Amino acid sequence: MDGGPRPPAHQLMTDWKTLSDELAREGYVATPDLAMALYLSVALGRPLLLEGAAGVGKTEVAKALAAARGTNLIRLQCYEGLDANHAIYEWNYQRQLLSIRAAAEDGVTGKTVEERLFSEEFLLKRPLLEAIGKDTPPVLLIDEIDRADEEFEAYLLEVLSDFQITIPELGTITAKSKPIVVLTANGTRDLSDALRRRCMYSYVEYPDRATEIAILAARCPDVEDHLAGQIVGFVQSLRKEDLDKKPGVAEMLDFAAALVGLGINDLTDDPAILQASLATLLKTQRDRANFTTEVAQRLAGLAA
Amino acid sequence: MNGLRLGVSETDTALRALAEVVAYDPAHARLALKAVCTGCAEDTKRFDELFDAYWMNGGRVKARVAPANIAKRQHTRTTATEEGMMSSGSGERNSPDGDGEGDVESDGKGKLIASRAANLLKKDLRDVVGPTDISEAERVAESIGRAIRDRRSRRRRAMRKGEQIDFRRLVRRSLSTGGEPIHLPKKARPDRPVKLAALCDVSGSMTVYARPFLAFLIGLMRNDPASDAYLFHTRLVRITDALRDPDAMRSLNRLTLLSDGFGGGSRIGHNLAHFARAYAPKFVDGRTVVFILSDGYDSDSSGDIGTALEALRRRGCKIVWLNPLKSWKDYEPITRGMASAMPYLDGFFAANTLGNLAALEHELERL
Repeated sequence: MDGGPRPPAHQLMTDWKTLSDELAREGYVATPDLAMALYLSVALGRPLLLEGAAGVGKTEVAKALAAARGTNLIRLQCYEGLDANHAIYEWNYQRQLLSIRAAAEDGVTGKTVEERLFSEEFLLKRPLLEAIGKDTPPVLLIDEIDRADEEFEAYLLEVLSDFQITIPELGTITAKSKPIVVLTANGTRDLSDALRRRCMYSYVEYPDRATEIAILAARCPDVEDHLAGQIVGFVQSLRKEDLDKKPGVAEMLDFAAALVGLGINDLTDDPAILQASLATLLKTQRDRANFTTEVAQRLAGLAA
Repeated sequence: MNGLRLGVSETDTALRALAEVVAYDPAHARLALKAVCTGCAEDTKRFDELFDAYWMNGGRVKARVAPANIAKRQHTRTTATEEGMMSSGSGERNSPDGDGEGDVESDGKGKLIASRAANLLKKDLRDVVGPTDISEAERVAESIGRAIRDRRSRRRRAMRKGEQIDFRRLVRRSLSTGGEPIHLPKKARPDRPVKLAALCDVSGSMTVYARPFLAFLIGLMRNDPASDAYLFHTRLVRITDALRDPDAMRSLNRLTLLSDGFGGGSRIGHNLAHFARAYAPKFVDGRTVVFILSDGYDSDSSGDIGTALEALRRRGCKIVWLNPLKSWKDYEPITRGMASAMPYLDGFFAANTLGNLAALEHELERL
């Protein structure tokens, strides 16, 4: 750093903070860790791997980022058995067949037909191919990568390092612009070291109280401050209980929306309504059964 | 070093990352390096401490961070070898099996086993398992293997007799007939073999069941070249190679030598954790079914079975626990070890004789 030309500090400083502000404008409150990781992955053109429990807002990051940068969001939801036909490309076979028939009737055969059949016209672009074919870099969200099997992960590595895809009939397609890649995982299985090494990494935790209140304020502006504090306090203490499925941020927002819809101003007002609105937070039978009115009232009392 | 996975390319990334931020501001450098250097949740938790320990020497904040230093620092990390973590077989050979049986006794049901256990210490396995057992077991193992072997793949492949038409091939073939799809190539889901890994508890409390279980293991091994077997008591030993011996009785002999400490106490949690750490990365994947044959009486309270199974689960395998005690009337998995294991099991079945094991076939098919 010594002696070299150094860009003005304030300009750099604003960069990742600007990103953080832009996200906030889209209603996403990012921690400094996450904002920095996101900024670096954009700046260095590396994929960003986000891990964390379900419902901490990993997928939302990509949506907010796409909105903030004004680009498209291309989403690839991974599942077991996901294969190249669904992730990269597929030929439009029905159209190809029709076109062959039409060509045969016109008396066109041979190489010309074949060339036309295997042109981009008949190519169905799946998320990965679509993402590298855009002029402006889109945000490519590869959701729940740990659900796809290892073979796909290995293939993905190749695509993410070169940003090019080979189609036997067409040749190699190189990216017009490098997409911003966000991968999410929530630990269904261990990811390979190779994938981890290639990515920027951020572990997304449940937000702390102040952050979560900020999120609530950003998403549901019509919740009063007093109630917002209660809701966040209640949900956060709920997460400390022994639950099968802990309520995430999205559930907290549903809960808040439900309370506002029911016209509640204070959590402790009406035990029956509170118990009913727990449907937005507790998602298994066991959790519902264990979470009696008394427990709910105790937590609500603490949160008040 | 420090368990972080860093190579030369990470050094490069780290430098480029620092060039993007205000590198002389510790807060920024910290966040930037955190994004680059960490790779999993545990790394993230430790990173701040490591950062402080290295850069914030003794509370004296060095405000300027020279990138040249970072490069050197990272380089030394890469040349150092990864932390050796394989504390293999740390079990004491002749650890007393007394406290394990204490568990059994307090249960009020297992006294019979506890009193007979001592007789079988240092037993030659050839006395435990006879040749007839083995041929019987091979038959059982084969049927069980068949029941769970063929897990269908979700992908489809070109096949002669498939239920779906392979359009990609169809278009190609129809070109030669002027667009008339005469040949209809088919595709189907190929069968993907499921691998078996069996961990058999041969501690004192399990000796009465050793006969069917060992025979079962041998049958399994001789029947399926992809399966894998382990014995554990106070230590965990991989016995796959010994069991592959073409001579069944000689393989038992080799087993006897390997399993010194047979009939001793069992450290289930410790051994399972060791398995998850040392063997599972190599032998267990998403298409593996892990059998654990044990009564769940852990004589070592330090090892946590639940945590070990959770780690194992993350490899995507199925875990089936075969517990001989489950066939007892009114048996409930209430011992601490067994209770902590329950949430992570895909199957929990009774098994104390070969006949019992054979009956499992249908249960396992449903898995």
